[in-house]
Amino acid sequence: MKEKLLIFEMSKPGRKAYSLPKCDVPEKDLASMINPEYLRADAPNLPEVSELDAVRHYTQLSKRNHGVDSGFYPLGSCTMKYNPKVNEVIAGFDGFSKLHPYQDESSAQGSLELMYSLSEMLSEITGMDQVSLQPAAGAHGELAGLMIIKAYHRNRNDHRRIKIIVPDSAHGTNPASSAVAGFEIVEVKSNADGGIDIESLKRAMNDEVAGLMLTNPNTLGLFDKNITEIADIVHDAGGLLYYDGANLNAVMGIARPGDMGFDVAHVNLHKTFSTPHGGGGPGSGPVGVKESLIPFLPYPVVSMKDQKYYLDYDRPLSIGKIKSFYGNFSVMVKAYAYILSMGSEGLKTVSETAVLNANYIAAKLKDVYYVPYDRICMHECVLSGAWQMKSGVSTLDIAKRLLDFGYHPPTIYFPLIVHEALMVEPTECESLETLDEFIEVMRTIAHEAETDPGMVKNSPYTTVVSRLDEVQAARKPVLRWNKDTNQEA
Amino acid sequence: MSRYLGITKSDRDYMLKEIGVKSMRSLFSDVPEQVYLDRELNIPPALSEMELVAKMKSMSEKNLDLDHYTCFLGAGAYDHFIPAAIGQLLSRQEFFTAYTPYQPEISQGTLQSIFEYQTMICELTGMEVSNASMYDGATALTEAAIMASEAMKRKEILVAGSVHPESRKILKTYAQFRDLKITEVRSEEGTIDQEDLRNKLNDNTAALLIQSPNFFGIIEDLASAGEIVHQNKSLFIVSADPISLAILKSPGELGADIVVGEGQALGNPLSFGGPYLGFFAAKEKWMRKLPGRIVGQTKDKEGIRGFVLTLQTREQHIRREKATSNICSNQGLNALAAAMYMTFLGKEGLREVAGLSAQKAHYAYGQLLNTGKFTPIFNKPFFKEFAVKSEQPVEGLNSKLLNEHIIGGYSLVRDYPGIDGGWLISVTEKRTKDEIDKFVRKAAE
Repeated sequence: MKEKLLIFEMSKPGRKAYSLPKCDVPEKDLASMINPEYLRADAPNLPEVSELDAVRHYTQLSKRNHGVDSGFYPLGSCTMKYNPKVNEVIAGFDGFSKLHPYQDESSAQGSLELMYSLSEMLSEITGMDQVSLQPAAGAHGELAGLMIIKAYHRNRNDHRRIKIIVPDSAHGTNPASSAVAGFEIVEVKSNADGGIDIESLKRAMNDEVAGLMLTNPNTLGLFDKNITEIADIVHDAGGLLYYDGANLNAVMGIARPGDMGFDVAHVNLHKTFSTPHGGGGPGSGPVGVKESLIPFLPYPVVSMKDQKYYLDYDRPLSIGKIKSFYGNFSVMVKAYAYILSMGSEGLKTVSETAVLNANYIAAKLKDVYYVPYDRICMHECVLSGAWQMKSGVSTLDIAKRLLDFGYHPPTIYFPLIVHEALMVEPTECESLETLDEFIEVMRTIAHEAETDPGMVKNSPYTTVVSRLDEVQAARKPVLRWNKDTNQEA
Repeated sequence: MSRYLGITKSDRDYMLKEIGVKSMRSLFSDVPEQVYLDRELNIPPALSEMELVAKMKSMSEKNLDLDHYTCFLGAGAYDHFIPAAIGQLLSRQEFFTAYTPYQPEISQGTLQSIFEYQTMICELTGMEVSNASMYDGATALTEAAIMASEAMKRKEILVAGSVHPESRKILKTYAQFRDLKITEVRSEEGTIDQEDLRNKLNDNTAALLIQSPNFFGIIEDLASAGEIVHQNKSLFIVSADPISLAILKSPGELGADIVVGEGQALGNPLSFGGPYLGFFAAKEKWMRKLPGRIVGQTKDKEGIRGFVLTLQTREQHIRREKATSNICSNQGLNALAAAMYMTFLGKEGLREVAGLSAQKAHYAYGQLLNTGKFTPIFNKPFFKEFAVKSEQPVEGLNSKLLNEHIIGGYSLVRDYPGIDGGWLISVTEKRTKDEIDKFVRKAAE
């Protein structure tokens, strides 16, 4: 039987998986300390299992997952690179993990130094003048950056700039973050090369535009060669340029957003800087700015005076606080350890190799998969399942068939502007042999799509569950376990 | 060649040839000359693993950690016990090196654990639906305010002054960039002033945000506040300490429409402020308005139970600018830690943790007052945290304690200028009687 029990279904009254010391202070009746009408009659219905039951439960659950260590994970736009083990050990040092955020600054100098130094390194890598580590994720960094752009215009008494331009190839978070920051969104089209259409941009620019959000290389994996012209058009009209750092892994040590003309940039420590994705988080999305925008960064800012590090809250023009405390500190520790492990030369080699690997895959597959933008790409290549669609095999089918070969599929159906998109990002970590095996499997699936489409359409065959009914899940949502309703489920 | 890279020099030459280019530089021919970096990055040269560990160890040792210092500091982040098994299980790579579970067939581990997490959060809060978690308690509260404003089509949010100062600051940051007015409701004797609440409620009030136990550790009279808010047809949003919910009536039972909170106390180390998780739960009628990821149960082709990300039409990758939030991740591993914590402690254990914390906090409070050097500030029931007024300036008091290897309480005057000498002390189940006695003795010296 493949079905895995829920922890609640393993529960039996009287079992426990914990031990706590006896109360060593004189005990009082709870009702004498807290008004009885505030007290709960029954305990929340949490599981009652033994320690071994609990350990086995989570071990079994883990086996129903695929991680980077399990096998190749070419998920485009997500930069699923290897997460170095030593960085986990370091983040677990008592001095980093057992530290209260409100401890006196004098007792947390090591942490503050690390944050200060990491900010400086990220400034150097991105070509920005100062970086805040506070945002918790990429989308959060975007939001902080957009707030900074708004605060900057407001501070110049320019209240007309209510629009943000976003290309049609952008990540969904770009328009969503713009909306949360209170902007209207103007979409501009891509040109035949997948870059921003210069004429459309010129038409869209006016004195109501606060800025342009851009990913470069863009979500097609292509570097926009018109970048300096784009920057001039936006700046000449009084707007600012925002860099979505999702694809920074392509250009470290090669081209810096700051030098391309960007005024604000966020980076994803959980992509480019090797920190684990954790099954959906925690991430960290530091945001950097050019000098004129420094006053608007979220507070507190880690600063140094007389060889002592401190948290500077005295920032009158700051957008304010956007996250509790100072951000996802232990993620910063891992990213810092990564940068120190790679060094300047290593970081450049990372980007070069990431680009090499993506181009190699594209070169070896373009005769069997349609490549909508057939030119040298950056760290990811976008293929299409359009040719396979002729025999009724969709990109989703190809993705599911890949599961049978032990791979996590590429990102599918994104970017939205490519029909049946398959976005492949191998990262620099993979060996030539791994790439060749993947290429072989992709060719096998393309062949199956022609000769035995049913094989692909009914896949996967080897996973713990087969394709799941997502329509049913959304139509009649079951979002929690319940003793009565789940009996027959 | 770095140990983290897999391509040798000869591989590279072969691959360039297969691609059909002459050099690495030609792979970057789209990068215009004027932005191509003509120098090395100013980053130190690579360290070996041994050198790295030595450097990072010495950096970490510049911090004073809670294994060597006894912590009486809380104020939103708490030093609770974490069973050893949790750290061991979390370090299984299948959990921590995976991405968001977009491919459910190979992500059932993550998906089922989130489904279990959602169930446990509903149990604690008395709510019907929960999302998969958010960045932290403060941003979860802010997202709840935004959701209430959108759902009620009203533009004003009331927030109790006894809500965590960081949460109120973050709320104000978000609000100033959208059409959302934030009005603070005064505190009276450390809890919400019901008269002020009545006066400030109006036709434009989308919701009241209240925290219980509040920033001062005091348990708010949620039932009364909720009734007042509901008479105005506004939403009642409660931020709660999840540990407290093992012994206190759930906000759901007391009328809350949305319950959020900081989940750090559930099995997550303090880590100098993050990563933590925010939980977010609501009544079922708000299910399709929730921000963030949600996992639902379904079946596969053979009828076997499985789990998927669901109700995704709320989210940014589909709805783009019309999404309920821009959030794109959850705090996956932190939510997993929370689920594990609630599993290991279980039904009885969480009650025991809450009970022990309350007993010890009340003991410490009594002992501090007995010294005659500290006086009560509020006379209201509290859970594991309380405020006293110190004769000595709090800064000096805390430095004195630090010399004794004790991390003292939070200085309330930082956020409440009226409470000069206010000292907020937190006591969890980890503190022994000896530690508390020493703390009280040294504090009174």
